[in-house]
Amino acid sequence: MSTSAHSVVAPGRLSKSIAGAVVIIYALVTMIPLAWILLTSLKSPPDSISYPPKVIFEPTAEGYCNLFTTRSRQTDEYIESLGPPQGICDEITRKRNMVIVGESNYWPRFMNSLIIGFGSTVLAVFLGTLAAYGFSRFRVPLADDLLFFILSTRMMPPIAVAIPIYLMYRELGLSDTAMGMILLYTAVNVSLAVWLLKGFIDEIPREYEEAAMIDGYSRMQAFFKVVLPQATTGIAATAIFCLIFAWNEYAFAVLLTSGEAQTAPPFIPTIIGEGGQDWPAVAAGTTIFLVPILVFTILLRKQLLRGITFGAVRK
Amino acid sequence: MNERFSTTLEGTADAAARSTPPAVARRLRGLSDRAIAWIFISPTIILLLAINIFPLCWAIYLSFTNYRANRPNSEVEGVGLRNFERVLTDGDTWLAMQATAHFVFWTIVLQTLIGFTLAYLIDRKFRGHAFWTTVILIPMMLSPAVVGNFWRFLYQPQIGLFNYIVSFFSGVEPSSFQMLGDVTLAPWAIIIVDTWMWTPYVMLICLAGLRSIPDYIYEAAEVDRASPWRQFWSITIPMALPFIMLAVLFRGIENFKMFDMVVLLTGGGPGSTTELASITLKREAFESWRTGRASAFAIILFVAVFGLANIYVKALNRVKQR
Repeated sequence: MSTSAHSVVAPGRLSKSIAGAVVIIYALVTMIPLAWILLTSLKSPPDSISYPPKVIFEPTAEGYCNLFTTRSRQTDEYIESLGPPQGICDEITRKRNMVIVGESNYWPRFMNSLIIGFGSTVLAVFLGTLAAYGFSRFRVPLADDLLFFILSTRMMPPIAVAIPIYLMYRELGLSDTAMGMILLYTAVNVSLAVWLLKGFIDEIPREYEEAAMIDGYSRMQAFFKVVLPQATTGIAATAIFCLIFAWNEYAFAVLLTSGEAQTAPPFIPTIIGEGGQDWPAVAAGTTIFLVPILVFTILLRKQLLRGITFGAVRK
Repeated sequence: MNERFSTTLEGTADAAARSTPPAVARRLRGLSDRAIAWIFISPTIILLLAINIFPLCWAIYLSFTNYRANRPNSEVEGVGLRNFERVLTDGDTWLAMQATAHFVFWTIVLQTLIGFTLAYLIDRKFRGHAFWTTVILIPMMLSPAVVGNFWRFLYQPQIGLFNYIVSFFSGVEPSSFQMLGDVTLAPWAIIIVDTWMWTPYVMLICLAGLRSIPDYIYEAAEVDRASPWRQFWSITIPMALPFIMLAVLFRGIENFKMFDMVVLLTGGGPGSTTELASITLKREAFESWRTGRASAFAIILFVAVFGLANIYVKALNRVKQR
């Protein structure tokens, strides 16, 4: 490496090391809150609120047990009268003089997040791909205005949009339904999908389709057999962006759902234990909820820039 | 030209279409490009009309009435411009606007400074820079609500990690200050979390800006013996400026709308020190149930974002053309 020719502007060895050190320190510092969430999820409730904050502690599954169950306090005699504990959660709960009485709502809420997230993503990407192809390949009257209109729907504060949506959904019976949330998230995401996918499709040379059409494909066949396969990366990246939006969304979810169709973000803050918030359980719920996003961030790292700027900046 | 091109090819297309199932082929073959364009675009437009534009028009109508969503059966009366007048003369509105302006201004300043510095350092291309860039990006991908909820734990006066770390370095008692309960500290508490979360966003866009500057410009400057300081101010900054401005635009719009993270951190308190515009709007619409008045406020906010964004984009385009 040292023997390779380099331009006069290549940064020197020392400046590189200093830059590297500063960036790594920043990265490690910003990871502290996330590391703390993970650690807290493995603590017992007393350990989680001890002073000074404990970094070394005996890990326990209590947070995760509390996250997935509902419990009730019982007398010692009653607990002794029960048979041997079934499973680790049962054992942990009994040590706290409690018994498990049922499942918590976390899992159903998590499933709602999955259903609404995937449902709206599939719809938004489907509609977005078609519209993006239309805008990319055909001369559409007022194309720029329509594209701007599609984008401007994203500028409104979610609460402002939620007021009439709330009334409309109440009339249509879509309040607190997965269907209503899927439609709403699709409408929000479709603007991102159109803008991103138009960029991706613009990059596929028209000559490919034209060649295919000379070979006897119809326009539709060329779209399905030539353009779509070429756009796979772009479609996948767009889908992940839509999924992340739906997964993370809170404002609409908290205003328009209350039970049946509630997603995880409005639910997690409501997890409480006896005498205040059960922080290990909240941390456990947060950890499980954040893991898919970590995976997606790593998958998406090359496309992130495009996604977050609506395709305005490409690399 | 493309359209003409494809029509002349229709004959050959038939030959290929025969190899696909005949019913489908017959249906698709006949479509002109114009028809396909509309079939492809209209579902999106219809969805946006139904879920965005129709409700928006409804909100505009409601803003001229005294409608209350919790009393759907009571009579709706037109009140003219009274809702707008009330919103604009209400002290709460201006307090919320002030809080929002403070939040937007400081988050943008901090995120731009830190984000640009990080991008500049990452652009030194030290060993492993790609890996650490990805690590730095993680916070911005997370759910703001869930993050806000968890930072509430970090900010706890006695047991919270944030207070502990601050006291570790400064010697101040960790129970002597409350980031979320103190009138002067709470506005900064939300700025810290937003900066933690969104600096990576500005960094990523700045990095693209820095990478777009061709090496030969620096080489020419080097030949002319321009000092590194001079190079930074007359090459790096002006050429990265459109990117920095774009990042500021996106962050500005997003933070003007900010709701989720702050609601879970402070709920707008203490008092109304962190009550941003969206939080006031939510209170008006879904707690006081003054739907008409809230709609008027929503429209004012929308016009403000839209107007400011438009002016800003004009400035941005002027910088780009330079």
